[in-house]
Amino acid sequence: MTEMLGYEFMQRALLAALVVGIAAPAVGIYLVQRRQALMGDGIGHVALTGVALGFLLSTSPVWMAVLVASLGAMGMELIRWYGKTRGDLALALLFYGGMAGGVMIINLAPNGSNANLVTYLFGSITTVSQPDLINIVCLSAAVLLVCVGLRRQLFAICQDEEFARVTGLPVRLLNLLLAVTAAVTVTVSMRVVGLLLVSALMVIPVATAQQATRGFATTLGLSVLFGVLVTLSGTTLSYHADVPPGASIVLIAIGLFVVVTVLATPLARRRAKRAAADGGTGTLEEEYTPVRA
Amino acid sequence: MKSQEPVISLRGATASLGSRPVLRGLDLTVERGEVVALLGPNGSGKSTTVRAVIGQIPVTSGTLELFGKPLARFRDWRRVGYVPQRSTAASGVPATVREVVSSGRLARARLRPLNRADKEAVNAAMRLVGMESRAGDSVNALSGGQHQRVLIARALAGEPDVLIMDEPLAGVDLASQQVLADALAEQTRNGTSVLLVLHELGPLAPLIDRAVVLHEGRVERVDHPERLHDLACHPHDTNEADPASKIETGLLS
Ligand SMILES: Nc1ncnc2c1ncn2[C@@H]1O[C@H](COP(=O)(O)OP(=O)(O)O)[C@@H](O)[C@H]1O
Ligand SMILES: [Mg+2]
Repeated sequence: MTEMLGYEFMQRALLAALVVGIAAPAVGIYLVQRRQALMGDGIGHVALTGVALGFLLSTSPVWMAVLVASLGAMGMELIRWYGKTRGDLALALLFYGGMAGGVMIINLAPNGSNANLVTYLFGSITTVSQPDLINIVCLSAAVLLVCVGLRRQLFAICQDEEFARVTGLPVRLLNLLLAVTAAVTVTVSMRVVGLLLVSALMVIPVATAQQATRGFATTLGLSVLFGVLVTLSGTTLSYHADVPPGASIVLIAIGLFVVVTVLATPLARRRAKRAAADGGTGTLEEEYTPVRA
Repeated sequence: MKSQEPVISLRGATASLGSRPVLRGLDLTVERGEVVALLGPNGSGKSTTVRAVIGQIPVTSGTLELFGKPLARFRDWRRVGYVPQRSTAASGVPATVREVVSSGRLARARLRPLNRADKEAVNAAMRLVGMESRAGDSVNALSGGQHQRVLIARALAGEPDVLIMDEPLAGVDLASQQVLADALAEQTRNGTSVLLVLHELGPLAPLIDRAVVLHEGRVERVDHPERLHDLACHPHDTNEADPASKIETGLLS
């Protein structure tokens, strides 16, 4: 443990893992609530085009990915507004276009090849440099500011969008802000778990936490705790066992999900029993009593 | 009291869902302090009317004014409290009763955090529908009637001037119906106007000033209070809805 902390690259790796472990579930909870758990995955596909563009134009792949992923996420949001019926097909075009575009562009870049993409697809946390780390920390702080500072507003638009519009909230603006925040999170996390597994880190800690909670705020807090737990332990495991960090983080997250599910089932049963005792009713169906006045 | 423009004024409104015309020249007015019920068979356009009034379905011809302003220029959404038709689908992430009701307060708080006065208004709204003791419980653990009460509290948390409710009694047990009727009576005493979709008037009958019956996207007839009494009381004779509800209310508390 102390030996691991003696290496500067591991210090940076653990710090990056920590902030990503906080940021990813903090955004992911809103996507899960809106039943868009796979949106992070789609953004990841599109971000690949950004990474490749960064190589082609010899600018920073990370910032290019932030830019392209944000545009892609806003595009997905627009598709959600306007493409009511064929929306899923439009999304499919965007996702696969993003992935194919990345592969095409990287091969156009001078001495670029698919190998350049691999570190972004699967993550390479141990190669995080000092400037990388500064970017990761600053962007994660911005993500966290949005997700915590505007949690009531974002909760409202994700829980019942039509109601939120009738309250007069700037729903479109908040939706776009959430889309961009998700895009930033994806690009920040790609160094840690890789674009292909980013979505897992946004979704699984939330899915785990919500089995043991009753409220949104407590779910948010617990998912962040779980996120940190799995990124730190996954990174540590990858150091000691010499396995890829992205995969160990996600597998540990799934393991935690299973453990919490098993532990939470009796809890949920007891809670349901209590609710039935003092509420008098369990399901919505048996509740339905048409009134003949 | 000076003469004021109506809270809701819909004139010759038409609206379509997809390519299907659903509202076909509908007139509907809700005056200040008035409680108007929308009745009619399934598919007659009640929900569409309500969603047009709150600006969620475009009115393709005719006019819609809220508080005397055409919809396009209406900005004062805090004055409108909306209670959607309850969906039985439980949401993904759990949320407590307090959290859901608090989101209604955003009509006033907008983008700033909730302050003490906001939190007090949220408490008052939960109290009004008798859900204060369940504030920390997950909404997914509630019965249909309790869930409906939470949705009404959410609308009340913004202290609106008009309440617009789509089938607030659907799937609601008698006990909750009476709680809702009492809460609504309290609101209307304070001058709140109400537009609500109902299948049957039930325990709300005494509150209702006018019942507008829709048929295929048009107003078929308007029932006034004297007729409403008969409507509320069939098939029995006098106000028999009350005793049953009272018994249930006793069980609840
Ligand atoms: N999304 C939709 N697309 C096309 N037609 C719809 C849609 N939703 C409802 N309708 C139709 O519009 C008509 C009015 O619906 P609605 O306003 O929900 O009626 P009500 O609330 O009175 O039962 C119905 O005939 C219904 O079949
Ligand atoms: Mg309806």
